[in-house]
Amino acid sequence: MAIFLNKDSKVIVQGMTGSTGMKHTKLMLADGTNIVGGVNPRKAGTSVDFDGTEIPVFGTVAEAMEKTGANVSVLFVPPAFSKAAVVEAIDAEIPLAVVITEGIAVHDSAAFYAYAVEKGNKTRIIGPNCPGLITPGQSNAGIIPGDITKPGRIGLVSKSGTLTYQMMYELRDIGFSSAVGIGGDPVIGTTHIDALAAFEADPDTDLIVMIGEIGGDAEERAAAFIKENVTKPVVGYVAGFTAPEGKTMGHAGAIVSGSSGTAAAKKEALEAAGVKVGKTPTETAKLARAILAG
Amino acid sequence: MDLFEYQARDLFAKHDVPVLAGEVIDTPEAARAATERLGGKSVVKAQVKVGGRGKAGGVKLAATADEAVEHATNILGMDIKGHTVHKVMIAETAPEIVEEYYVSFLLDRANRTFLSIASVEGGMEIEEVAETRPEAVAKTPIDANVGVTPEVARQIVEAAKFPAEVADKVANVLVTLWKTFVAEDALLVEVNPLAKVASGEVIALDGKVSLDENAEFRQPEHEALQDKDSANPLEAAAKEKNLNYVKLDGEVGIIGNGAGLVMSTLDVVAYAGEAHGGVKPANFLDIGGGASAQVMANGLEIILGDEDVKSVFVNVFGGITACDEVANGIVQALKLLEDRGENVTKPLVVRLDGNNAELGRKILTDANHPLVQRVDTMDGAADKAAELAAAK
Repeated sequence: MAIFLNKDSKVIVQGMTGSTGMKHTKLMLADGTNIVGGVNPRKAGTSVDFDGTEIPVFGTVAEAMEKTGANVSVLFVPPAFSKAAVVEAIDAEIPLAVVITEGIAVHDSAAFYAYAVEKGNKTRIIGPNCPGLITPGQSNAGIIPGDITKPGRIGLVSKSGTLTYQMMYELRDIGFSSAVGIGGDPVIGTTHIDALAAFEADPDTDLIVMIGEIGGDAEERAAAFIKENVTKPVVGYVAGFTAPEGKTMGHAGAIVSGSSGTAAAKKEALEAAGVKVGKTPTETAKLARAILAG
Repeated sequence: MDLFEYQARDLFAKHDVPVLAGEVIDTPEAARAATERLGGKSVVKAQVKVGGRGKAGGVKLAATADEAVEHATNILGMDIKGHTVHKVMIAETAPEIVEEYYVSFLLDRANRTFLSIASVEGGMEIEEVAETRPEAVAKTPIDANVGVTPEVARQIVEAAKFPAEVADKVANVLVTLWKTFVAEDALLVEVNPLAKVASGEVIALDGKVSLDENAEFRQPEHEALQDKDSANPLEAAAKEKNLNYVKLDGEVGIIGNGAGLVMSTLDVVAYAGEAHGGVKPANFLDIGGGASAQVMANGLEIILGDEDVKSVFVNVFGGITACDEVANGIVQALKLLEDRGENVTKPLVVRLDGNNAELGRKILTDANHPLVQRVDTMDGAADKAAELAAAK
């Protein structure tokens, strides 16, 4: 099982022929991901050799899907062209589009998210500005290092890439069912709640680790969702307790405005929903271990 | 990026939102000519990115050009809630105000859509109105792919119950304000108050605009809107070098990779600091993935140039980036700075984990730099960095 991504996922890469796309396609292949094609209208009909694996390049997402049965697209398309690329993926009705690109204008992400909704939510968008998702031992769609940990029974959802890696590393001996980086932008396609619901329904996940950060109220809404809908144990961590008001901390969405978006408020909301919240990543990992040890 | 009132006014004017004349000046004497251009009287308005300037004495009516100079003399340099006034706007005096309204467009993060907020009770903070008289605030979701057409504008006007005699004029303001919101890649455009004046006209008397920095690639004119006067010099230097840096008020310099990990590092250092005389993080600095020795050197240079910094904590989790590359980067960066004649005397605590951590740690051990200490856990390294900062 696992969520959103498994060994049967057929993955295409939009922007595969760019330098970032090439680098990460190679790494995804090394992790066993079934990559069936790349998309670049200017290089359609050619193919790219990745250490002996020939990956064909198609002109459009629709063509790639038709010829290969692809059901996941990973996007390494520069910010200026991301909106058009995501819209193309939505038009092709690919079930999952993982948008790695950092620096997409909010007017563009709001537009493609609205478009996906108008088209009946046939395409789940993860990101933008995210590390993607991994189901260890099965498939890797994005830039999460595949060698940190092994398959296991912890589900992880996080706004931050490096904190995802840190947490996977802390709990590497236990292993993960899936780890999903949802991204740190103000508008993202898949939320904490979407991932929590999927992990709750996944028979291969016993415990969920949720990592949040300052900005917005996604963690508070996730807390309300957990209270009502999640029966599995959830351990949380929130970054940014010491962030001052009005300063963006790296991620475009990570900003405390007035009294809203503070780490303290998020921790409080999560604890009120029965989530154990660690003060540091290491302490959070300890809390997860204690629960799994019974 | 939040803009000053005068910058918001200029953007509104550019997109045909009705505004009063006004110009920005930064010397008292310039108030004279500006006021004379407005016919001999003006409103002198402090330009600060904080509310409550009227109460603080930052907005004054000038009946003559001499008075405008006098007010500008008093207001320039004034401190309003920690913000120094570097500029004032000399604005046209408003005709007699009959009513004050409120309109804005913003990003609704929770619903991942744009939102219109409108109220016939303007002039005060909209949060206050929303709390005391929620029925007076109309919130309307806006479809990003449809926008605010004249029809959508009329729906907003109806929802907020604007009086019939201003309905068309307010709808026109909404359409032009939406044009500003989209054309400028704004995250917020707010008019408060939107005033109905004695002549029956509707005019934007004050406004706020916040722009999306991610859109800079297609908004080349926005760079000129940056507030260079108030920018922290270290933040300005970091921006020149494309570093993601925020100055804070503590003593432990922080360098890490990835925004989330760096935010977390700040917290862990602050907790550790509680046991060491209350030392705190001095900055946020994310050098990103795959940082080269040059990027590491640029980062270290900014942090070592901060006189508040007593120790430095380099916290790296090697994901795709290998820790041996990071370790080489640190060693080369220190050499680069020393060769450049920089006085590198502050102790560095380095924690490397993840991809090729063992190799990276060995490189640091072998380099045996007198200022560099290795601590292999994040919490332990934070404690050491705090201890070193407290000892200085």
